[in-house]
Amino acid sequence: MATSGTTLPNAGPVTGSRSFLSRLRDGDEIARLITMVFAATVVLITLLLVYELWSNSALARTKFGLHFFVTQVWDPVIDQYGALPFMYGTLVTSALALLIAVPLGIGAAIFLAELAPPRTSDTLQFFIDLLAAVPSVIYGLLGVFIIVPLMRTVIFPGLNKPLGFLPFFKGPSYGVGFLTAGIVLAIMVIPYIISVSREVLLSVPRDQREAALALGSTRWESTWKVVVPFAKTGILGSIFLALARALGETMAVTMVIGNTPTISASLFSPGDSIASVIANQFTEATGDLYLQALVELGLVLFLMTFILNGLARLLIVVTTQRGSGVPV
Amino acid sequence: MKRIAVLVAGVLALGAMGWADNALLINGAGATFPYPIYSKWFDEYHKKNPNIQFNYQSVGSGAGIKQTTEGTVDFGATDGPMNDDQLKNFQDKRGSAILHFPTVLGADVPTYNVPGVSGALNFTPEVLAGIFLGKITKWNDPAIAGANKGVNLPANDIIVVHRSDGSGTTYIWTDYLSKVSDEWKSKVSKGTSVNWPVGLGGKGNEGVTGLIKQTPNSMGYVELIYAAQNNIPYGAVKNSSGNFVKADLAGVSAAAAGAAKEIPDDFRVSITNAPGKNAYPISSFTWLLIPQKFQDAGKREAVKGFLKWMLTDGQNYAEALSYAKLPKEIVEKEKKAINNIQ
Amino acid sequence: MSARVKWRRFVSNFMLTLTGLCALVSVSVLFLILGYLVFNGGTSINWAFFTQLPKPVGEAGGGMANAIVGSAKLLMAASLLGVPIGFLGGIYLAEFSGSAVASVVRYAADLLNGVPSIVIVIFAYSMVVLPFKHFSTLAGAFALGLMMIPITLRSTEEFLNGVPRYLREGAMALGASKWKTIASVVVPAAYRGILTAILLALARVAGETAPLLFTAFGNRFWSQGWEQPTASLPVMIFTYAVSPYEDWHRQAWAAGLVLLGLILIINILARTILSRGIAVPRS
Repeated sequence: MATSGTTLPNAGPVTGSRSFLSRLRDGDEIARLITMVFAATVVLITLLLVYELWSNSALARTKFGLHFFVTQVWDPVIDQYGALPFMYGTLVTSALALLIAVPLGIGAAIFLAELAPPRTSDTLQFFIDLLAAVPSVIYGLLGVFIIVPLMRTVIFPGLNKPLGFLPFFKGPSYGVGFLTAGIVLAIMVIPYIISVSREVLLSVPRDQREAALALGSTRWESTWKVVVPFAKTGILGSIFLALARALGETMAVTMVIGNTPTISASLFSPGDSIASVIANQFTEATGDLYLQALVELGLVLFLMTFILNGLARLLIVVTTQRGSGVPV
Repeated sequence: MKRIAVLVAGVLALGAMGWADNALLINGAGATFPYPIYSKWFDEYHKKNPNIQFNYQSVGSGAGIKQTTEGTVDFGATDGPMNDDQLKNFQDKRGSAILHFPTVLGADVPTYNVPGVSGALNFTPEVLAGIFLGKITKWNDPAIAGANKGVNLPANDIIVVHRSDGSGTTYIWTDYLSKVSDEWKSKVSKGTSVNWPVGLGGKGNEGVTGLIKQTPNSMGYVELIYAAQNNIPYGAVKNSSGNFVKADLAGVSAAAAGAAKEIPDDFRVSITNAPGKNAYPISSFTWLLIPQKFQDAGKREAVKGFLKWMLTDGQNYAEALSYAKLPKEIVEKEKKAINNIQ
Repeated sequence: MSARVKWRRFVSNFMLTLTGLCALVSVSVLFLILGYLVFNGGTSINWAFFTQLPKPVGEAGGGMANAIVGSAKLLMAASLLGVPIGFLGGIYLAEFSGSAVASVVRYAADLLNGVPSIVIVIFAYSMVVLPFKHFSTLAGAFALGLMMIPITLRSTEEFLNGVPRYLREGAMALGASKWKTIASVVVPAAYRGILTAILLALARVAGETAPLLFTAFGNRFWSQGWEQPTASLPVMIFTYAVSPYEDWHRQAWAAGLVLLGLILIINILARTILSRGIAVPRS
């Protein structure tokens, strides 16, 4: 109730925005602007990249048009190029990599976050982080020296004899191929999944777990049904990181995939991926159409990443309850 | 926050400092095949001339041509000579011609992994083309057996291995096959990267060797020095005079000598399937690409000095590293050509 | 105890053992790799390796001193580019932006992350090398820095979002402005995760070869300052590993070990030098 006599100074509007100047004075607006500029830089760089890819592949795009997506021939001598086998190879190897790495990675992250004593967990995490630093060339060499013979002598007979009637496991196997590349990729992306998932799981507040346990759930139930869903977005974020890495990996894949532009349902068949073929041929390519066809392949990969990311996000939105606040 | 700022400033300062080194840095890029001998040469030359640093990086022949044309490096190196379009491109972009200087010779050899066979197999041109075209599919095919009497060849499928990355090695191999097989020439032709009818791809000589070592019944092609240094079995190839020659330095030099008489002035020549009874048919020069005009006088003199040294003292290092020396006639011709560099 | 409870207990123990197995498999892969590197390259690591310039084949000795220094320089400079953009951009996404803008930026970051290193190098080459007509350490740092941005950005945002609401509200209730809340409460609370993300991004680019081939190029000699081409460990590994010489192969494995060692040291240094008290206790 206003009193008579003295008047209180006007305190300004209580709710809603304050004036621009007062926000500026507080430093909030500056902070917002500065961070916004940096965030915008990311978008700018991506757009610039797409622009570069687009303009540097103009010749190839006009020559091949949409046929580029369905042609299987890749012949630098007669200048005939098509992307289909490489798109197939990229998809198959990345899918295999995730199929292997996601269960392993999340399982390991759960173990490290929930069960292992803190110091062991930290030490093991340290080592797993090192896996991310191994140069891809070394992964490729290890793939050639260890996994390729393993594939030929152990894995192929092991899967082909009982399950050879399925189109996925038909022989012959040369050691190199889709599955080998998928395994090498899985090893390369596991550190990202484990590292990020573990941190996110660790940051779930203690009371969530304790509440579940107090209600009589077993350790596993409280983990799987309470903690993990709480950390879901972080875990999904780590899977996005892993997917991106798998799609773009060049060196390691190129050494173990067999480098034949083939489309085959068999996991043991040799094939090729977009990143691998660009890496292999870019440095030696001379001739404008050849170079531009390779750049167009890069553009195709960009498009694939775009669509895959979009589909994944759609899936998340559809399967998550409304209003649970999952940012996509 | 302050700690971070101090750290950052320290790093920047550290990085910017250089040893007070007045050496002239000359950058080159190109073929991987001659990298060992080039690194040896540049190192030796630097010992004799401490103020000159030749920095050569093996990024591939195609990349070498591209970077030299763009001007980001001072010279290039390639296993396959530049074609007319590329020469014109260089002239347009840089306002000067580009000169080829052969440095050493190398060769491609057919390697294989056949169970039960430990010696050198004989390959005729028809057999090689047939295998890589996918028409000869079994090791005990009559065409192979005919050239290898007395060898017990198994009835297994041949698994072909080729290069997955673009390379001068592939250029030499496909150049040879194009010369000896019309079908290859029309179907596949030659290049640093081709559309292989059959086979698996391995990255680099290392990748091909690795695949062959691990895959029974496979065959592929690698550079001679690679096979020699790694002790892998390789076969003999029938040359144009009808003799089966197993690649060695003498055979490669013989191929070059055969071509020496007719070598064009710009040194761009292919010596695969060269005449000569001891010539190894899948041999090739490798070239340094030097611009004809240099803006920088210091660099020009350094390059000319190096070329002269390379043609005389430098050649003596070649054989120890399994490269073949240039024949004398070509050395003399090149010495004259150095004077073209302005 | 009812059968149902027994079953649930059994499932619990079984699944938890399974996760232990997953961790075991992951860690043993690493030790296998380390073991392989040590076995094949350990003999080549000596004092000369760390102090000498590379020697041509056939001459004993020689080292990768310039490559080690070059890699360190490249990584430091790349962090200067990649970390601020990623970190501050992540702050914007988590604290200031609406969900639509955040979605777009997140999407862009994921796309950037998926670009193969060979395509990044095409981009960096045309932006930073061609205009200046020469290769340089800065160009290499530019390419690597670009690759660090998406991982840093996504992870920073993820971890900032994970900071409990009550911390923010508490600070604001005490009268702190938004940016002060972020700087002194939220970021320190999410600090561990953010540092992990930055180090992960650093580890990733430390082993990349392709981006350096056409930016930093390579150098057999010491690289002066920031404008000259520089040697780096991944490029040396690549060059040596695909060569015909056994001695160079061993040096390549040794270089791989040294690279891992470099990352390990950076990890340890970063965690100790930049450590502060953690506001949120580990649960």
